[in-house]
This record gives sequence, structure tokens and C-alpha cells, in this order.
Amino acid sequence: MTPETLAALTEARAAKRPVVLATHLADGAQQLLPDPAAPEALNTAALRALDRDESGTVTIDGTEWFLHAYAPPVRLVIVGAVHIAQSLVPMAAHLGLSVIVVDPRRSFATEERFPNVTLMDDWPDDAMDKIAPDSRTAIITLTHDPKLDDPALDRALRSDAFYIGSLGSRKTHANRLQRLRDLGHDDNTLARIRGPVGLNIGAVTAPEIAASILAEFIAVRRNAAPK
Amino acid sequence: MSDTADILATAAAWRHEGEDVALATVTQTWGSSPRPAGSQLAITRSGKMAGSVSGGCIEGAVADIGLEVLNTGIPRLMDFGITDERAWEVGLACGGKLKVFVEKLA
Repeated sequence: MTPETLAALTEARAAKRPVVLATHLADGAQQLLPDPAAPEALNTAALRALDRDESGTVTIDGTEWFLHAYAPPVRLVIVGAVHIAQSLVPMAAHLGLSVIVVDPRRSFATEERFPNVTLMDDWPDDAMDKIAPDSRTAIITLTHDPKLDDPALDRALRSDAFYIGSLGSRKTHANRLQRLRDLGHDDNTLARIRGPVGLNIGAVTAPEIAASILAEFIAVRRNAAPK
Repeated sequence: MSDTADILATAAAWRHEGEDVALATVTQTWGSSPRPAGSQLAITRSGKMAGSVSGGCIEGAVADIGLEVLNTGIPRLMDFGITDERAWEVGLACGGKLKVFVEKLA
């Protein structure tokens, strides 16, 4: 890899700009895509690789290219700077996720409790408007306080977020769904919320609950077939 | 989801420090290969290694190729797997097969 290509690739990744490093396997020549000067078929393949977040070898006009997709990290928005969040944040960071913790309660959302993570003390609906969740965003509410969870879930359901989870017992969740129904969300939309959040692995402690939530998140992200 | 261990960033940092760095990338897999395409292993002439291209089966052989590529400067595309006629002495115990592109960070 030439220093120029490495610098351009590093710059794109730092700017969180999706980019593909294309390697012509026959001679090792490389270029970044998409690039208006590149053949259309190559650009199309690059965009597909980014869309699927999947690197691979493609054959275009009888010649092999390796397309290495460098999509920006998936974002995980955690509403509620609570005890479980303290376990969830480092585990999520270890999965390579870009984590944002939202909690307007200043005593919870402190840097001391949450080092090295983006903290937002906005009200959850305002925070969501700023974050603008997309199809590469996951949202998990952990406060089980309707004042905080509901506005976050309302915004989450109006977005393309690929994973929406909400902590709370079945009873809490049923009440929550009724409130969201009253806000105009239909049952199909409400079915997007994973609640009670997490895989049923009998989790008891905060780190165990965090593991169950992330296990479910991974299953959704990787389209795991149900066992 | 990207790998936590950002091998490219590690490799770039090593290069920046003046190390000679080879970068190996899985470009294609068949069967039960443990790491997907895009997985990377960085190797320095001084013997540092970061990342992986398999479950540990072929890292040693890839590191040897890496040193060769550092000397020649010419990238190589390697086949690994038990089904390959030109089978390497190292194979994948899992029966998988993969291709690895090895290049020098200039």
C-alpha cells in the first residue's frame, strides 16, 4: 500500500466517511472507492459492499478485485446512565461500537461513572433529534422511567434504527406499549421493540444482563437464524 | 461491526514509528474458515504481530511470507487450505480454505 493510499484511507476513516479499499489482485494496484473516475461496475460493487458491511472478492470484466469495506462504526445509543449501562458501555466498546449515553440526570451521567464515552445530558427526544438514528444505529433504553424511556422510544420508532431494546418486566413493557400506542404507533411498529430486552439466559447481575442484551443485538445484526 | 482491534491503525502506527510493516488480508474464504474476508494480520520485521487471518493455524506461515514481501516489495496472493494441489505444509485443521493478500506498507 502506498503512503498516499494509506493516508487517504486513514483520513476517510477518521472522518467516519464510508470508503472501500479496492485491490486489483493480479498486480496489487489499489484505489479508494467510490471514485467518479473508476468504472461504474466497480463503484456499484463498492457501494454494495459498504451497504452490507461485507468485504469480499469480486470479478469485474474478467479481473479480480478485493473490496475491503470500511464502513463507519455502528452506533449504540444507551438511554439511562444506570448501573447496567456501566457494564454495557465497555462491553459494547469492545465489540467496536461507537457508544453514546443519554441521561439528563446529571448525577448519573458523570464522566467518572462513564469514562471514554460520549455523554449527552439532553432530554432523550432532543438527544435523539441531534443523534438522528439511521439504519446503522441501535437504541437501548434502560431507565424504565416513562418520562425518559418513552420519548426516546417514540423517536426510535420513527427512525430506521435496526435494533431497539427496552429494559423492564413484561408488565412494565405492556404498559409501555400501551402508552406508545396512545402516541399513534401501531402494533407492527411496536413489534420493533425488543422487550423485555436481551436473550433469555437467566441473567441476574448487571454484567450478565449486559451480555444478554449484546447477545441479542449481535443476533439481530448478523441475521442469526433462531435456534 | 468492525473488529475492535483496528489492525490497519496499528499497522499504520508501527509504520509511522519507522518499522517495516507487512499487512496480510483475507480476501476470500470457503468452507469453515474461522475469520471472514477483511480479517487482517500485521507483521513487522522486528517481530511484532497484531490481528489474525485464521484461528492460529496459518499465522506463522503468513508471517514468513510477510517477511519475504518486506524484502521484495512485491505483494503476493496466497492460497491456504487442504484442498489446494499446491498445498502448503500448513493447512487448516477445520478443512476450510482461504486466500490471503500480503502487501508491504510503503
